[in-house]
Amino acid sequence: MKYTEDDLREELKTKEYEYGFYTDIESETFAKGLNEDVVRAISKKKNEPQWMTEWRLEAFRVWSKMEEPEWANVTYKKPEFQEIAYYSAPKQKPKLDSLDEVDPDLLETFKKLGISIDEQKKLANVAVDIVMDSVSVATTFKKTLAEKGIIFMPISEAIQEHPELVKKYIGSVVPTTDNFYAALNSAVFSDGSFCYIPKGVRCPMELSTYFRINEGGTGQFERTLVVADKGSYVSYLEGCTAPQRDENQLHAAVVELIALDDAEIKYSTVQNWFPGDAEGKGGVYNFVTKRGLCENNAKISWTQVETGSAITWKYPSCVLKGNNSVGEFYSIAVTNNYQQADTGTKMIHLGKNTKSTIISKGISAGKSQNSYRGLVQINSRAENARNFSQCDSLLMGNECGAHTFPYIEAKNKSAQIEHEATTSKIGEDQLFYCNQRGIDTEKAIALIVNGFSKEVLNKLPMEFAVEAQKLLEISLEGSVG
Amino acid sequence: MELKDKLLSSYVAFENRVNTNSDVHEIRSEAFEKFEELGFPTRNLEAWKYTSLNSVLKQDYSLFPNKIAAIELADVKQFFIHEIDSYKVVFIDGKYSSFLSQTTHENYDVCLMSAALNKEKYKPVIEKYFNKIAKQDNLTSLNTAFATEGAYINIPKNTEVQKPIQIINFTTGSETATMLQPRNLIVVGENSQVQIIERHQSLTSNPVLTNIVTEIFADKASNVDYYKIQNDEITASLVDNSYIEQQSNSVVSVHTFSFGGNITRNNLNFYQKGEHIDSILKGITIIEGKQHVDHHTLVHHIEPNCESHQDYKGIFNERSTGVFNGKVIVEKEAQKTNAYQQNNNVLVSDRATINAKPQLEIFADDVKCSHGCTIGQLDDDALFYMQQRGIPQKEGKALLMFAFANTVLESVKIPEVKQRITKIIANKLGVNIGFDL
Repeated sequence: MKYTEDDLREELKTKEYEYGFYTDIESETFAKGLNEDVVRAISKKKNEPQWMTEWRLEAFRVWSKMEEPEWANVTYKKPEFQEIAYYSAPKQKPKLDSLDEVDPDLLETFKKLGISIDEQKKLANVAVDIVMDSVSVATTFKKTLAEKGIIFMPISEAIQEHPELVKKYIGSVVPTTDNFYAALNSAVFSDGSFCYIPKGVRCPMELSTYFRINEGGTGQFERTLVVADKGSYVSYLEGCTAPQRDENQLHAAVVELIALDDAEIKYSTVQNWFPGDAEGKGGVYNFVTKRGLCENNAKISWTQVETGSAITWKYPSCVLKGNNSVGEFYSIAVTNNYQQADTGTKMIHLGKNTKSTIISKGISAGKSQNSYRGLVQINSRAENARNFSQCDSLLMGNECGAHTFPYIEAKNKSAQIEHEATTSKIGEDQLFYCNQRGIDTEKAIALIVNGFSKEVLNKLPMEFAVEAQKLLEISLEGSVG
Repeated sequence: MELKDKLLSSYVAFENRVNTNSDVHEIRSEAFEKFEELGFPTRNLEAWKYTSLNSVLKQDYSLFPNKIAAIELADVKQFFIHEIDSYKVVFIDGKYSSFLSQTTHENYDVCLMSAALNKEKYKPVIEKYFNKIAKQDNLTSLNTAFATEGAYINIPKNTEVQKPIQIINFTTGSETATMLQPRNLIVVGENSQVQIIERHQSLTSNPVLTNIVTEIFADKASNVDYYKIQNDEITASLVDNSYIEQQSNSVVSVHTFSFGGNITRNNLNFYQKGEHIDSILKGITIIEGKQHVDHHTLVHHIEPNCESHQDYKGIFNERSTGVFNGKVIVEKEAQKTNAYQQNNNVLVSDRATINAKPQLEIFADDVKCSHGCTIGQLDDDALFYMQQRGIPQKEGKALLMFAFANTVLESVKIPEVKQRITKIIANKLGVNIGFDL
């Protein structure tokens, strides 16, 4: 029988979330609700110094005066912030020396996710700082990194061991007052990763963290801080998948990148939180603030493959403060069923000769809505700034929507800005061409979607590219071969 | 007194002068309440993010200028496209000038809104069309609340209007500051054709604020060709709200040429209510000083197999600010839509600013939609090439700018209008280029 687009649509509709499972680990959870005492308690639990507690409290005070943003092109039932438990940690305190000591249930979970720590250790040469429900339970390759002077540890440990570094950089790119969710995160973040690359060091391996939400009703508030000192280089990977759940889960992470003079940071994300079922029930709310600061000659490159989450609200940005700095943003956002994504980037050009590139690919299927929202801002002192933006959308079926909201602000005459956007569907003639050459429709769609996303997929590190393709497969199964 | 309060308190006086016992006045009253609720737009509104009217609203405007100022034709002849024979609907300080106008009721109506609103024989048309597509937003509501005068054009079906129609609003500056709110209604029947030229001109440097609303209804297979020439005094500000509804197979094109004025805001809205429609939106903006021009366009594709073409060019000097906000919505029924949007800008000075926001909202899958937006400079190599061949820098630059704006200029269908625009641009650039475009 001929495989038509209708079949594909039908298949997409009925497609269940493959990675939906739940690991039963005893957890220690705070009572629901948020007030100053809860913030203090989180801070105490973490054994944090006074300045950190104060910083959190200040963020909380700012947050309590803020209102939830409504400008994004998404509609959802707002989370009830007093109905969320703000802290959850696996009970066994993970001060482990080897993998044998890790809870076998946890290891089982990772196996289901296809993340074999042993395999990664041996084959992929990836150091993994695994975050399981907000507290890190295993850190590998620490030694190898320590030899180079690279610090890669949970941020809660970094606050204890390297307070001067954390104090200097935390909140310097995303201030506590930045937005509603960043303020919330600053007040209640439970853990996350901290990474510091010393001067002139090239990190020998891809650093990577896997996030998972694993306790019903707990929000996950991750905080990531990556500092690349002068002349250093690091490639950082982040990926996640979450168990199937009816209740909406809130995820409000903050990622801060600081690239000092001549440094380069490459930050790649594969995001596959639970998107909700075919009726749009459940799914993760992903409200993330990601921003990087570039000093002179520095470069920050964001690459993201977004396939999950019921609601995505995410704008990885670059502040190009230094002269000759470079910002890049490569994104594939796939939405299916009732998913809604409002994602894009901000490129703020402050320094001279700054360059930025934006490549955004949106694929919408089912009844989903996919928006690109971006800002390119050239300040009056940013001589010879250059920007190129390309936003392409692919629509499958006429029940979904694709939207582009680019903001372009130029205040310098030497600026050169190009923006282009296209919207298309998989052409019947394209499919016919493939069919003629013996490629069946399913494979042909795979071929076309792959080609459509290639510019972004190519930017991912090898280890991740495979996983990203897998995720595209899951999100648009039947279409990607 | 704040302008809003002044407008609100003057409504009683206004009501004493118009027939309040009519359907039209009911519409006015509703709009008045709407404006009372909304007030003037502020930058907190997403649609007004880049344009602030605060400086303009500070003036103490006279709302209903009473003095009749005489104008000699010789003084204002230059503001007409006088090389061609045309119908003219001319207003001086908001009042109809029969002396300068040339209207008609033969075959079709080219006349006054005040007549159309009050006379029984126009009632069916007014009932069917008046305030039917105008948005209920703040400034349009304000205009509707005070709507009394403007141009009324009604072309029956299968009629080609033989000569272009010029609509001109003069302000004489007899008052220290004047606020005008003209209201135009243009109905073009099936298979008919019309060309219209619109201009606003103040004759002194006394401040003027014009808040105009134009509704255009283009029936099946009709063809409307509209030119807006905005080359007013630097003390005059303009908010132009145009709403265009198109039926199947119609073609409507609107060219907006923005060279003068203080703050100019063009709200241009197209609603496609049939199949095989073509909407064309084009514009050239060349400004300097502290001038501010904001193009806010909307094309709403509702039915299948339609097209829209947008092409806006901007050249920004000194401390001027340009805004382009173009929105294309493609509904899910509107398959096979072909929507094209292009916005190119040149920044000539370090202190000029451009804010662009080209948006697409697409709900149909079988469509071709693209938009392009660029900000850049004139090509130095091309300029050098011309200078090497003895063309002075100023003329060279002007040539490059003409070339830059040419895709818009060449689609002007009335040769005299094209010539006039070319002349204005040449004056603006301070060159005397002796070639026909």
